[in-house]
Amino acid sequence: MSVELDVFVGNTTIMDEEVYQLWLDGYTVNDAVKVRMEGGVMDECEASKDVLLSDTMDQYRTFQMCERLLHSPAKLANQLLFQIPPHRQIMLIERYYAFDDTFVREVLGKKLSKGTKKDLDDISAKTGVTLKSCRRQFDNFKRVFKVVEELKGPLVENIRQHFLLSDKLARDYAAIVFFANNRFETGKRKLQYLSFQDFAFCAGQLISNWTVGAVGEYNMVEDMDVDLDKEFLQELKELKILITDKDLLDQHKSLVCTALRGKTKVFPEMETSFKNLSRGLINIAAKLTNTKDVRDFFIDLVEKFIEPCRSDRWTAADMKLYLTHYTNSAHILDTFKHQVVWDRYMGVVKSCIFKMYHD
Amino acid sequence: MPGKLKAKIVAGRHLPVMDRASDLTDAFVEVKFGNTTFKTDVCPKSLNPQWNSEWFKFEVDDEDLQDEPLQITVLDHDTYSANDAIGKVYIDIDPLLYSEAASVISGWFPIYDTIHGIRGEINVIVKVELFNDLNRFRQSSCGVKFFCTTCIPQCYRATLVHGFVEELVVNEDPEYQWIDRIRTPRASNEARQRLISLMSGELQRKIGLKVLEMGGNAVVGYLQCFDLEGESGLVVRAIGTACTLDKLSSGSAPNTNTHMHPNTAPASNACNSPSKDGKEPVFVEDLPSSSGPPTPFRALPTSSSSPPPFSPSKPCSRQSSSSDTDLSLTPKTGMGSGGSAGKEAGPLRTLLRQQTQTALEQRGASSSGLLLNAREFPFFTLTSFPPGFLLHVGGVVSARSVKLLDRIHNPALGNTRSYKLLDWNSVTADEPETRDAWWEEIRQEIKSHARALGCHAVVGYSESTSICEEVCILSASGTAAILNPRYMREGCLDIGCTDHRFEDPSPPSCGFCHIPYDELNMPFPAQLTYCYHCRRQKVPDVLFTTIDLPSEAAVAGKGCLIQARLCRLKKKAQGETNATAISNLLPFMEYELHTQLMNKLKLRSMNALFGLHIQISVGENMLLGLASATGVYLTALPAPGGIQIAGKTPGDLSNEHISSIQKRINDTIAVNKELYQINPPELAEEGVGSPIPEPRHRSRLFRSHSESSDELSELDLSHGKKDAFVLEIDDTDAVEDIHSLLIDAPPPTGFYSCNTENMPGISNWTSGVQMFTSVRVLRLSNANLTNQGLNKIFTDLCENLLKSFYFKLRSMIPCCLCHLNFTVAVPEEELIQVTVTAVAMTYDKEQTQEKTAEKPVNKGSLEAEEQLQFPLELCADSSSSNIQTASKISGVAESTNISPRAASVDYGSFADRCSTWLELLRLKAHTIRRGSVKTSRRTQSLAHSVSSLERCSPLQEGRSRSLRSSRSFGGSSVTVVKMTPLSFLPGIRIIKYLGIINMFFIRETTSLREEGGVSGFLHSFIAEVFAMVRAHVAALGGNAVVSYSMKECVFMENPNKNQAQCLINVSGDAVICISETDQESSASTANTGQTGGGGTDGAT
Repeated sequence: MSVELDVFVGNTTIMDEEVYQLWLDGYTVNDAVKVRMEGGVMDECEASKDVLLSDTMDQYRTFQMCERLLHSPAKLANQLLFQIPPHRQIMLIERYYAFDDTFVREVLGKKLSKGTKKDLDDISAKTGVTLKSCRRQFDNFKRVFKVVEELKGPLVENIRQHFLLSDKLARDYAAIVFFANNRFETGKRKLQYLSFQDFAFCAGQLISNWTVGAVGEYNMVEDMDVDLDKEFLQELKELKILITDKDLLDQHKSLVCTALRGKTKVFPEMETSFKNLSRGLINIAAKLTNTKDVRDFFIDLVEKFIEPCRSDRWTAADMKLYLTHYTNSAHILDTFKHQVVWDRYMGVVKSCIFKMYHD
Repeated sequence: MPGKLKAKIVAGRHLPVMDRASDLTDAFVEVKFGNTTFKTDVCPKSLNPQWNSEWFKFEVDDEDLQDEPLQITVLDHDTYSANDAIGKVYIDIDPLLYSEAASVISGWFPIYDTIHGIRGEINVIVKVELFNDLNRFRQSSCGVKFFCTTCIPQCYRATLVHGFVEELVVNEDPEYQWIDRIRTPRASNEARQRLISLMSGELQRKIGLKVLEMGGNAVVGYLQCFDLEGESGLVVRAIGTACTLDKLSSGSAPNTNTHMHPNTAPASNACNSPSKDGKEPVFVEDLPSSSGPPTPFRALPTSSSSPPPFSPSKPCSRQSSSSDTDLSLTPKTGMGSGGSAGKEAGPLRTLLRQQTQTALEQRGASSSGLLLNAREFPFFTLTSFPPGFLLHVGGVVSARSVKLLDRIHNPALGNTRSYKLLDWNSVTADEPETRDAWWEEIRQEIKSHARALGCHAVVGYSESTSICEEVCILSASGTAAILNPRYMREGCLDIGCTDHRFEDPSPPSCGFCHIPYDELNMPFPAQLTYCYHCRRQKVPDVLFTTIDLPSEAAVAGKGCLIQARLCRLKKKAQGETNATAISNLLPFMEYELHTQLMNKLKLRSMNALFGLHIQISVGENMLLGLASATGVYLTALPAPGGIQIAGKTPGDLSNEHISSIQKRINDTIAVNKELYQINPPELAEEGVGSPIPEPRHRSRLFRSHSESSDELSELDLSHGKKDAFVLEIDDTDAVEDIHSLLIDAPPPTGFYSCNTENMPGISNWTSGVQMFTSVRVLRLSNANLTNQGLNKIFTDLCENLLKSFYFKLRSMIPCCLCHLNFTVAVPEEELIQVTVTAVAMTYDKEQTQEKTAEKPVNKGSLEAEEQLQFPLELCADSSSSNIQTASKISGVAESTNISPRAASVDYGSFADRCSTWLELLRLKAHTIRRGSVKTSRRTQSLAHSVSSLERCSPLQEGRSRSLRSSRSFGGSSVTVVKMTPLSFLPGIRIIKYLGIINMFFIRETTSLREEGGVSGFLHSFIAEVFAMVRAHVAALGGNAVVSYSMKECVFMENPNKNQAQCLINVSGDAVICISETDQESSASTANTGQTGGGGTDGAT
């Protein structure tokens, strides 16, 4: 004797948020039943294991049928198959597109290709996120990437409108797309200490300051928020004068040192390493025309700036102080003509370093 | 050329990718009606094509408009090969044919393919221009409204109930035609879908014609079913209740309802002919108002302060005339009842009837606005009635018959090209053994059962079949009842004066419980007691019915779903042997189901069943029986006795065992009493002003035997005294049975369940509504199962389903599962399928009944009056009609009368009949309050009527609650369509009925595993069916479906071939509803005022 067929269909689609989460997390039906039993849901309605199993199966089927619609969330609102109240629709979408920070950290900046997908089982093993969930998250990244790739207009807004996501989630996806598009290196050992949110913040800075779209006049071009502004990158080469011109370099150093003197315990270290640090930052800027060097942007920031500072035991406040004066002092250099580019560059670098300067 | 159909194809969306190369589709649309086809342009390379076509116009007969669906096919254009079909949409344009229903069908329809399911959506606009057709001999019946709802629909008033209409249409099943061997499954499925659509269109048209012929304008309680007889064909049949309905204009509805219809006085000649033999409807000359189109009532005064516009003098004169009649009739009526002891009416009886009827005619002529015109079969598919309509309920009557299916002899079948439809009736002339004749037989039997119960009508009537291979069980059941003769058209009811003589003086809250049959000549042994409510007339100790609990009934506590489940193995056999075996089993099954029901009822400490539905399903090697009903404690009936367990012999060794079982049973009863809050009013009440002594005295006079002494003491001793409640444990089977009784787990806290329209004891519904369908199929792996084992499995299956529902719907607590409709089937040898459709509704737990009582009262009366215009009349009348000789006080007790008949073999096919068991009754005793102080008494009765309205139905209370809008959320581009198997939605008022939804779908797959196995396949199919129903309703401009039901869910699988097929038939009424506003309460208050005013008016 066995149950051959067992379905329950409501006119309003019944969905249990807890089961949905278990499904998203890639639990098998049996595992989900176990989790639910441990959660004590059985006591609620004098349910037995069979009841729980039947309910879980029903819900899993429903979610599977909905999954197709969730791939293009706009369809969910005007499809006819499931009658789902709007607030539920929002929940379904938001949860479906939510991801694990540990997982995304692994694929951030990687090409969203089949090759990467093959490595998902390793990532699953490493992060403890189930393979099924990894696949869903990876496919989400890929889907969003593919859709916004062809759209004009601001990236975050496109993602939000096209996938009906919350602002926060849309921004995170924008970061993922941005990283994937520019293939920023994030996997090196030296970058391991950085969280996804650190990178997402940096991505936001880059998107709003360094891309084509950031300038404003190019509204509504393709990839405007995904590709860095080539012209700007070209102009960054001009900043080299700050380290190549001996006078400027000295002048800059003295201005910064004057301003810093007495304000920090690590002043001597700052003074000695000024030239090295400045060369580091300017060289990063000058090399950004090379795609390869763009990819290494974050590793370079860490190697050329953050690590030396850290070894000198700068505090975050020291860092802030130093970078503020470093940026501002350049304005006083009368022979330095590239103030606009300098600000655009340093504004982003400064905030990225602030974000990245932690243990 | 009486109609022009216009269709416009606007756009498509979410189309599937048909061209793998481009990932796009070149879609175009074919629009077909009858034999005319139009095409749109191809919209190249788009999954969201915009066709924006011209208006395609079809000029057609209205007959075709009724029969044919508009067929829209979406295709993918292919330059080199044949165009690929994406899917189809069938649009039933019937709703456009009533003047007051929908005017346009416009919206997004799912594009459906029988192999792939829903594939995108298409936006279509359809309109119909109907030219007036004055042809009297027309074949169409445009304009007759159909309702699935089994009560008088909200926002309508019945001015005339004409009675039973039935029709059936047969054809060969395309699935079994020779051509099916060479065509694709898709073509075969589509042929079938289209044929059934055509057949149901034709069926509806024919029923419509019958209704027009009877002078009606609507069919209420329309029940259409398919019999898939396989090789022998396909039968589509329908039954319903023909009515003349008047639309209440929505604005003035609350106030117009008390108006008397001025023109409905019946013809005064009493026609005495008993049932007519032919199928011709009894067609008494037309009433001017009833046969015409519905009269709009907007013109009538609607201000709430004005008294109802019937003239004050009229009721006055009626009163006097009717009381005179009563007086003069009194002795004769008494004689009549004495004479009626004989089974059949003698000449004397006829004479008496004549007199009585004349008298009744007179009263009816002056007082009633609603007339009833019953035909050969005084059957009503309605399950709930306006107050006052139902006088007495006799009990359940049912009939079953086992038939062998023959290939339907159908001369036109050679012509497979066109699905020429044949009316079975026309072919039957030379075919004696036809489906029609079969049903005729069954109905005759039902009728005779009803007569045996002293009833002249059958209400809550329904018919069903169960088919396995060539064996078919036809079943019909209903509730024998006496309807208020005031509403009857004379000459149509084949029943004597025994019924009519009882003018019912009893309060509506218990009147229907009083037995209708003769106490001395009871159709079965039963125990009668005096009504616990009015103390005047006799009631049975248990009452079983197929109808809904009357809204005015007085109940204690809450109701609950009670099910009896039974499996019986049978040997595999062929032909007549098989049919004989089945028919031999049937009576035993009925008996056992009945016993189970009775025991479970006692176990819950209840005394009445409503909505009883017994289904017996036949499979190759077993029969399944499932009886579902809603148990309730009627305060008019005696308290149920407990259940006593007895060993075989007093000194039985298992005595200890027995006492432990007894204890468990007693505990269960106590727990259930608590659970369902059954605290019947104490008997202390009885003394006060109740005329007990008198009727008792009278009863002694009339009783032949001298059980004269204390009827009341008998009541009090009822516990444990009645044999029926002693369960004897004589073998292990009995022990098993008792155990199984106790298995039924009560619903978890916060849940109640019932299978009726309204939940006894719950009325304060809140807005949460969740309709659902659930299907479960069990495979019996063990081939050597015993009956006991099977029973256990089957019971567990049903219980587990209920448990699943409770669990799934736990977020709705406190909530009630209403209209739980279980259907069982044996699709294959070792499979048991149970299909359930029900609705979960939330209610307000805090609000006590007492608190809610006030408001709903008004609403209740209001609703009632909307449906029927003279409730007031009725109340006033009941006082004057007290003047009746008490004829005979008949006693009956609870019954278990099963009378299996011997099998009889017919010539052509096998026919066997099995029985019928008749349940309870009620009595009519009669007080002799001669009408000396008429006025005062009238006042008294008026007061009484008000108080009875206070105990108004939960249903109406539910309706009256004003709640937030039905559209609980905005922002979505898809109209939210609520669905419910009930005739109402809580807190929402139906303002317009848009027409009937009757859809039939087939889904097939050859990639079962890929679609998630059988469960995945069926899950998506049911979801698709819901989606298509919702889309059609939304396109009609509606936002809800009421009286929704899934009539058929036939599932077949072949997992080895990775294939499955499923057929689903659903129906319901599409409606527009709005949330009830605050106006409501003011309107109803005003109405009460008016009611009061009307009352005094009538009394003076």
